[in-house]
Amino acid sequence: MAETYELQEIEVWDGNMAASHALRQAQIDVVAAYPITPSTPIVQNYASFLANGYIDGEFVRVESEHAAMSGCVGAAAAGGRVATATSSQGFALMVEVLYQASGMRLPIVLNVVNRALASPLNVNGDHSDMYLGRDAGWINLCTYNPQEAYDFNLMAFKIAEDYAVRVPVMVHQDGFICSHTAQSVRPLSDKEAYKFIGDYKPKNPMLDLNKPITFGSQTEEDWHFEHKAQLHYAIMNSIEVIKKVFKEFEELTHRKYNIVETYDTEDAEVIIVALGTTVESARIAAQNARKEGIKAGVVSIRVLRPFPYDLLGKALIDAKAVAFMDRSLPAGAMGMLFNEGVASIYQANGSSNSRPIVSNYIYGLGGRDLTQSHLLEIYKELDNNAKAGKLTTPTQQFIGLRGPKMGFF
Amino acid sequence: MDYKGWNEFEIGSVLTPFAEDGQTQVTKHNDARDYLPDSSFQISVSHWRVEKPIHNVSTCINCFNCWVYCPDSAILARNDKLSGVDYEHCKGCGVCVEVCPTNPKSLLMFSNYESSEEALSKWPAKEPKNKKDN
Repeated sequence: MAETYELQEIEVWDGNMAASHALRQAQIDVVAAYPITPSTPIVQNYASFLANGYIDGEFVRVESEHAAMSGCVGAAAAGGRVATATSSQGFALMVEVLYQASGMRLPIVLNVVNRALASPLNVNGDHSDMYLGRDAGWINLCTYNPQEAYDFNLMAFKIAEDYAVRVPVMVHQDGFICSHTAQSVRPLSDKEAYKFIGDYKPKNPMLDLNKPITFGSQTEEDWHFEHKAQLHYAIMNSIEVIKKVFKEFEELTHRKYNIVETYDTEDAEVIIVALGTTVESARIAAQNARKEGIKAGVVSIRVLRPFPYDLLGKALIDAKAVAFMDRSLPAGAMGMLFNEGVASIYQANGSSNSRPIVSNYIYGLGGRDLTQSHLLEIYKELDNNAKAGKLTTPTQQFIGLRGPKMGFF
Repeated sequence: MDYKGWNEFEIGSVLTPFAEDGQTQVTKHNDARDYLPDSSFQISVSHWRVEKPIHNVSTCINCFNCWVYCPDSAILARNDKLSGVDYEHCKGCGVCVEVCPTNPKSLLMFSNYESSEEALSKWPAKEPKNKKDN
C-alpha cells in the first residue's frame, strides 16, 4: 500500500512538479519513460515518489521515447493504468507509436511539455510538438499554468478511461514558462484526488488468459476505414464526457473550466485567440488595451482535439477583428489555429451578417519572448482593422522577428 | 466474412481467437482448437506470397530448425515429424530454406504456381563437399 503524501493547502510547484503529483495521486500501474528537456522533471519526480514508497506501480526505464510509448502501449493493453511525459524530439520519435495507442484505443495519459523542434536545436518552448501530434488520434487538453497542469492531469485519466471514450489523452503545458515556473498550486488530498479519478477499469485486458486477444490487428482496404472512422467518432463525441468531467471537477474544487474560455469578450470588438501561457499574457494586454479605449478580449480553447468548431465560432462571430496566434512554424501555410479558427467562424451564426476581419500572427518560436508591447501592438492593429472595416496589414505576420518585416497575403 | 459497419464491432482493432475458455483451448493442438471465424488463424495471407517453400520428406531429418525459425508458425509438425507448410499463413520469406541444414536442402523455394509433384521431380542432387584447397 502506497504511503500518503502530506500536502499543504497551497503548494509552491512548477508545472512539472504539479503534473508529477497528479500522476502520483492517480496510482498508475506502469510509467515507461525516457527523459527529455523540459519534461524530464515530471518522470524524475515520479520516480523519486515511487522509490520513496508513495506509489505502488512500476517505473520502466527504456532506451528511447519510441520504446517509452511502446512500453506504455503494452502495459495499457495488458490492462493497467499508464502514463508518461515527453517533449519535442522525444515526442517526434514517439509519433509512430502514438497512432498505435489511439488505434488500439488505449487510455494512456501523455504529458507534453511543449518545446521547439530542431533544426536548429533548441530546448525552449513553442508549440511545434503539439501541432505535430494533432492528427494522431489523441484527445489534446491545453493548460496555461501549473495549477491547470495539475488539474488537467487528474481529469485526463477520467476522460480517457471513460467507457464512452477510451481514447488516449495528451495534457499540454508550455516548456519552461509553465513547466519550470513555480506558482501557488492548490492540490487535492491524495484520497480526494484518487476518489475523483476512480479505480482503473480494464477493457479486454491481455492478462485475461481465458480470453486471448490481439490488439491493433492488421486490416486492409476492407476494414481499415471503419476502424479509423470509429476512432474519429469517439473523439468527436468525447466532448460531452469532457464537459461532464469539467463539471464534476468544478463541483469538487470550485475551479471552473470551459471548452472555450472567454475573457472580457461580452462587448469586445477585437479578440486575440491563443494557446498556452500566451493566453494569460494576452489577458493582461487586453486590460491595458481597454485603458487605451480598445474593446479587447481573449478567447482560448481547452481542447485542441476534439476541436470545438461550434463553440469557437460562436465565441468569435460577433467581434469586428480577430487575431489567431500560432506558436509553430506553418512552413508554407497559414497557422493551424488560424485555419481551423477561421473555418469555425465561417459556419457560425452571428447577430448580423458580417463576419470579423481575420489575421494570423506567428510568434515566439524557440522560446522567443512575446512581450506586452507586442500584444498591445496586435490589439492596435486589430482596432485599426475594425475601424477601417478591412485588413490594414498582411493576413499573416511574424512578430518579434529581427530583420525586414515578414508578412504574406 | 461478415462486413460490419463502423459502429458494429469492438473498439481497438481487436481479434479474439476463442469465444471462451482460452486456457483450455491452448492446451489442445492447433487442429483441435475451436477458432472463431474472424480470428487471425482463420484469415489467409497466402496472397502476400510470390514464392513458396516446398518440403521434401525424403531428405528431411526432422531437426525442426525451420519450425523454430519460421516467423509465422507456418511449418507444420504432426506426430513428431515435420509435415509440410501451412500455405494459408506462409508469406514466402524463405527463412526455413536458409536454416535447413541438410544436403540437398529439404525445403526449397518455388514459384507459387508450381505443384509439389513437379517441384519434387526436379529436386537437386546432393552437392559434393568443398575441398579445402580449392
